[in-house]
Amino acid sequence: MISGQSLYYRYPDGKGIEFPDFSFSQGSQWLILGPSGSGKTTLLQLLAGLRKPTKGTLTVDNKNITKFSGTELDAFRGGHIGLVFQKDYFVESLTVGDNLLLSQYLAKKEQSKKDCRAILDRLNLADKWGKKMSALSQGERQRISLARALVKSPKVLLADEPSSALDDGNTERVIELMKSQAAEIGASLIIVTHDQRLKDNFQAKIELT
Amino acid sequence: MNPLKLSWKSIWHRPLPAILSILLFALGTGLVVLLFHLNAQLQEQFERNLAEIDLVVGAKGSPLQLILASMYQVDAPTGNIPLDKTKAFFNPKHPLIKNAVPISQGDSYKTHRIIGTDHSYVDLYNGQIEEGKLWENDFEVSLGAAVAKKFNLKIGDQFNSSHGLVDDDNLIHEDAHPFEVVGIFAKSGAVLDQVILCSTPSVWKVHGHEEGHDHESEHDHEGHDHEGHDHEGHDHEGHDHEGHDHSEEESKETQVAEAAGETDWKKTPGQEITAILIQLKNKSYQALNFARNINENTELLAATPAIEINRLYGMMGSGEDILEVLAYVIVFVSILSIFFSLLQSLQSRKTELALMRSMGGSKGFIFSVILLEGAILALLGLLIGMLLAHIGIQLIGNYFESSYRYQITGWRWLRQEYFVILLGITIGLIAACWPAWKASTTDIGEVLIEN
Repeated sequence: MISGQSLYYRYPDGKGIEFPDFSFSQGSQWLILGPSGSGKTTLLQLLAGLRKPTKGTLTVDNKNITKFSGTELDAFRGGHIGLVFQKDYFVESLTVGDNLLLSQYLAKKEQSKKDCRAILDRLNLADKWGKKMSALSQGERQRISLARALVKSPKVLLADEPSSALDDGNTERVIELMKSQAAEIGASLIIVTHDQRLKDNFQAKIELT
Repeated sequence: MNPLKLSWKSIWHRPLPAILSILLFALGTGLVVLLFHLNAQLQEQFERNLAEIDLVVGAKGSPLQLILASMYQVDAPTGNIPLDKTKAFFNPKHPLIKNAVPISQGDSYKTHRIIGTDHSYVDLYNGQIEEGKLWENDFEVSLGAAVAKKFNLKIGDQFNSSHGLVDDDNLIHEDAHPFEVVGIFAKSGAVLDQVILCSTPSVWKVHGHEEGHDHESEHDHEGHDHEGHDHEGHDHEGHDHEGHDHSEEESKETQVAEAAGETDWKKTPGQEITAILIQLKNKSYQALNFARNINENTELLAATPAIEINRLYGMMGSGEDILEVLAYVIVFVSILSIFFSLLQSLQSRKTELALMRSMGGSKGFIFSVILLEGAILALLGLLIGMLLAHIGIQLIGNYFESSYRYQITGWRWLRQEYFVILLGITIGLIAACWPAWKASTTDIGEVLIEN
């Protein structure tokens, strides 16, 4: 279960933002929608454990993460949250396979080449295991960043603006892929976007203004 | 996946700055290790060759030269001394002298000294015969281990000596009686390995045979002077206080010598030897006076090896100091190089580090990854530096052996090297500390998620 009650965050410059309450069951899929400046990025950072709320309660997987210390938050982030960034960041010195294993290592999960390969296989990337990151196309890199989030079997798959650089067809494909893969591993899917095209793909949503 | 693998991969992802850091570090530590080895091994060799010799008596000249020539076989002798002025030193009843070893130099075989001496020379270095026997008759020689090995000489082989220490065909005593190898010594690690030993008369006879041609002139520039035979000097040598029984003592000495059946060559009139290596009974202040007495009251020179060698260390020391400073400067620059190369790599890896933190990596994890990179660079530098240093020592050793009769080997491990390794890794870690801390405190959210 993921829920937020009277969440409030104050920026270093003194401005504050209040978030509506929300509550979703484990395995649900929903959208955080809002224009830039609406605080959706801040909400994403709060959900990912990258920032701590100034006030309020944020519960993920029945744990009140607002009470966590820095290292507890690191462990929580590693073990529970699969982040997919808008840009395709990787550890460029490692191969595709090692980037996936690194994800499992940092999540303190058992490193399984078999599981990693199985997920690459599901994303039609089976032949990319030993490739250098620089040898891949943009689309491949984006799918591998999804694979990297999936291999650690997170409770929550959190995606930041996955469709910003894609045309309609590709947007549709990527969103469907995320939805199906999240469902496959039983993770909740939260997509943070300003892209109104995604509205119809999700029933549940938080709209920020 | 683990921090070590991650550090290793990321070092080689940007190989050029890494290689520069490693090479600089290798150069610095290699030089330090090289200096440690040269210092330690030269000192050991010097000490082994000291062989508890307290005094060297020879012809007047430079005391250091006398020591280097007669003990270390690296310099030309200061000259010769008339045999009849040395009698007192060989008197077994001398109150101060425990052991006096005569040596006669002049000839060599392919730059290795042929020394005319008696068997007591071998005992100075605890020499052991490995094959054959000690020389007995004239023109028999026993070889140091290194000489036998270098020229592949066997028992029964013969060779002609050449004059001086230069390997020059024109100086070979072609018409002289050849030397015959009768024995080979076991390796001693001392100068004994590098010399060819024979009886004192053998040396005389090689030269006596040639009397009449250019021999005379060559003998003269060795610097001895027969002129002014000073028998008074003889009396001053430590026992003139018992002058009353002088003649009696001398006759006893003759008896002892004849009983030993070996030292009668010391009676040969008109002959000379090069130097006497002396071990004293005790190293009292009387002994110090003994050397001064000889220098002031006779035409002989008495030199104390310990003092001369210390003087030599002093002279070599300043050159070594400069090298040492240079080594530490290079080590310092290599620390900076590791520091800057890590710091610069952080710039391009900012997102990568934030990414790892967002994936669950703690600050400690990031810190240790960067720290490990510093340690790996330092360790690789150390290993390469030490390997190069050891190869370098071996090469220097080859050169020293051929030109200075010194045996230095690169295939030895000094305890100081553990200290170098420890220090090197510590330095690597220290250089990486600040970049590692900086990396671990990077703000993650802002780097990866754009507002």
